[in-house]
Amino acid sequence: MNIIVCIKQVPDPEIPPVKFQIDPEGKKVIPPDGVTPVISVFDERAVEAALKLKDKYKAKVTALTLGPDSAKAVIRHALAMGVDAGVHIQYEAAGELDSFGTAHVLMKAIEKIGDYSLVLCGRQAADWDAGQVGLLIAENLGIPVVTVAKKVDLQDDKLRVESVIQDGYHVMEVSMPALVTVSSEIGLSRLPTGIGIVKAARVKIENLSVEDIGADIPEARCTELIKLYVPVRDIQCQIIEADTVQESAEELAVRLREAKII
Amino acid sequence: MGNSVLVFAEVKDGRVKKVALEMLSEGKKMAEKLGGDLSAVLMGSGIESLAEQLGQYGADKVYVADNEVLKDYTCDAYAKVMADLIKANEPAIVLYGATILGKDLSPRVAARVETGLASDCTDIGLDDDGKFTATRPMFAGKAYVDLSFTDSKPNMASVRPNALPVSPPDESKKAEVVKVDVNISPDDIRTTVKEVMKTAGEKPDLTEAEVIVSGGRGMKGPENFKLIEDLADVLGATVGASRAAVDAGWRTVDDQVGQTGKVVSPNLYIACGISGAIQHLAGMSTSKYIVAVNKDSEAPIFQKADYGIVDDLLKVVPVLTEEIKKLKAEG
Ligand SMILES: Cc1cc2nc3c(=O)[nH]c(=O)nc-3n(C[C@H](O)[C@H](O)[C@H](O)COP(=O)(O)OP(=O)(O)OC[C@H]3O[C@@H](n4cnc5c(N)ncnc54)[C@H](O)[C@@H]3O)c2cc1C
Repeated sequence: MNIIVCIKQVPDPEIPPVKFQIDPEGKKVIPPDGVTPVISVFDERAVEAALKLKDKYKAKVTALTLGPDSAKAVIRHALAMGVDAGVHIQYEAAGELDSFGTAHVLMKAIEKIGDYSLVLCGRQAADWDAGQVGLLIAENLGIPVVTVAKKVDLQDDKLRVESVIQDGYHVMEVSMPALVTVSSEIGLSRLPTGIGIVKAARVKIENLSVEDIGADIPEARCTELIKLYVPVRDIQCQIIEADTVQESAEELAVRLREAKII
Repeated sequence: MGNSVLVFAEVKDGRVKKVALEMLSEGKKMAEKLGGDLSAVLMGSGIESLAEQLGQYGADKVYVADNEVLKDYTCDAYAKVMADLIKANEPAIVLYGATILGKDLSPRVAARVETGLASDCTDIGLDDDGKFTATRPMFAGKAYVDLSFTDSKPNMASVRPNALPVSPPDESKKAEVVKVDVNISPDDIRTTVKEVMKTAGEKPDLTEAEVIVSGGRGMKGPENFKLIEDLADVLGATVGASRAAVDAGWRTVDDQVGQTGKVVSPNLYIACGISGAIQHLAGMSTSKYIVAVNKDSEAPIFQKADYGIVDDLLKVVPVLTEEIKKLKAEG
């Protein structure tokens, strides 16, 4: 079976808030100096989910990314983890697309790659946290979708997906082709191995432009950014000090009550 | 295009979710400004009686799609009913709760009616020109964006639970109930729910809880979570945990708050023995009030907290539980 995993390069979410800077005029996040962008964490889990299937069944896994030149790095990362092929839709202004535009381009790329049984995406991207692209791709392709998967497996010729719900999970059965969005409950992703990295370096990443895949970048965005800002939490923590633990806990309870918080 | 506001009222275990009432409260104000009416959608099986409550919270009209095929949520069926309803009624604004279900449903509907969606919003409203705007966190809360919509209609948003205040109900108000024909063939539903596994207890889900008490590595071991549970009990709170506590095997991953866990937004978040790592803060920094109990006065959690006690939580928490119990008993 052929699996396509959509992955995105994002600014490292681990950077401390002091290093996180935005350009309010340009409504953009300023890439922090000396911090290498990374594969979005849920996308990495999606790669892991694909590789788990590959370990168990015969599968060819292709990693697909849309992004500027630098985004090649996340394909290399996925290759080093063990995927078989990589496709990079190079588009320098990818960051300016909204969820609809992004989903449109990825849908075209998936159609171009063709012959797939399963498309995997992360539950949401670690930069915009919108969680829309996977669902929109599925809808554009006209295939069923299951979101927030904690386990993806095959049963007979169908997919068996455990999908997280509010108070537990659903065991879902879906025929293929289908799209599944993956959550961190799937388990930690494997680390690239030394051999993996060497092998990955030899794989030629297919580089395509949006024209090559016949995507027409939607002129009209559905949503517009009015303002981008860093929230200020203007509070001074009231540290409650007293002679004994008894007194400080008592005082805290009283203050919470006075402020009508409890 | 119309000027009405439509709210998807999610039902869970025979009850309307609170987030729906939150959206109705805000939706009412927007509908008045737009000069349109406020409607709500109920979907499920045997749910018609819930329409009354939606009326009391401001809905002028309640669309009821009551059908056996809608008993268990499937994205295909719900998206079809919702998209058909939007196409037929052309509301100006459509709102969903940013719950697991709402986040699954709303993008699909957006694709079907070809319009934009602002997901997981912490605020919504109309600007001076009557244009719909939405505020949402990104980069796990490190930044916020205000969004507006282009000409695509309707404007849709999913709204985080506990983000908007609920206005008091008007018991005398009744909504007009409009039954919706459900035309779903088995072919429309391409995913089958084989089993429903419940792993959570009776407490409200973390993502919707109004009060959360969380424990971290400072809890020292799983047995001490009893202290957290006792405090949670007197507050009617749900228990959460840091990843360190989950990785140690003291709590299950369902309880994890943070960037790779659940994003929560309660009225009160009490962090016990949690240092306040950026990935943890990512999941809880939009809480209205934060209380931290930590023996290290330099712990970063105190920079986000409204109230703090610098001491041993094993001593503080039991006393706090007793004191709150006393206050609650006094009324
Ligand atoms: C990619 C990635 C994703 C992550 N996602 C998450 C996530 O979703 N959620 C999350 O929580 N973490 C996440 N983490 C982990 C995060 O970086 C921290 O390691 C974690 O949050 C620390 O948990 P903690 O605060 O319980 O433990 P620690 O940082 O070890 O803090 C324990 C605290 O307890 C205090 N303490 C100890 N004993 C006592 C006592 N007796 N009384 C009072 N206080 C005491 C200490 O002073 C200390 O401040 C992630 C990390 C990475 C790299």
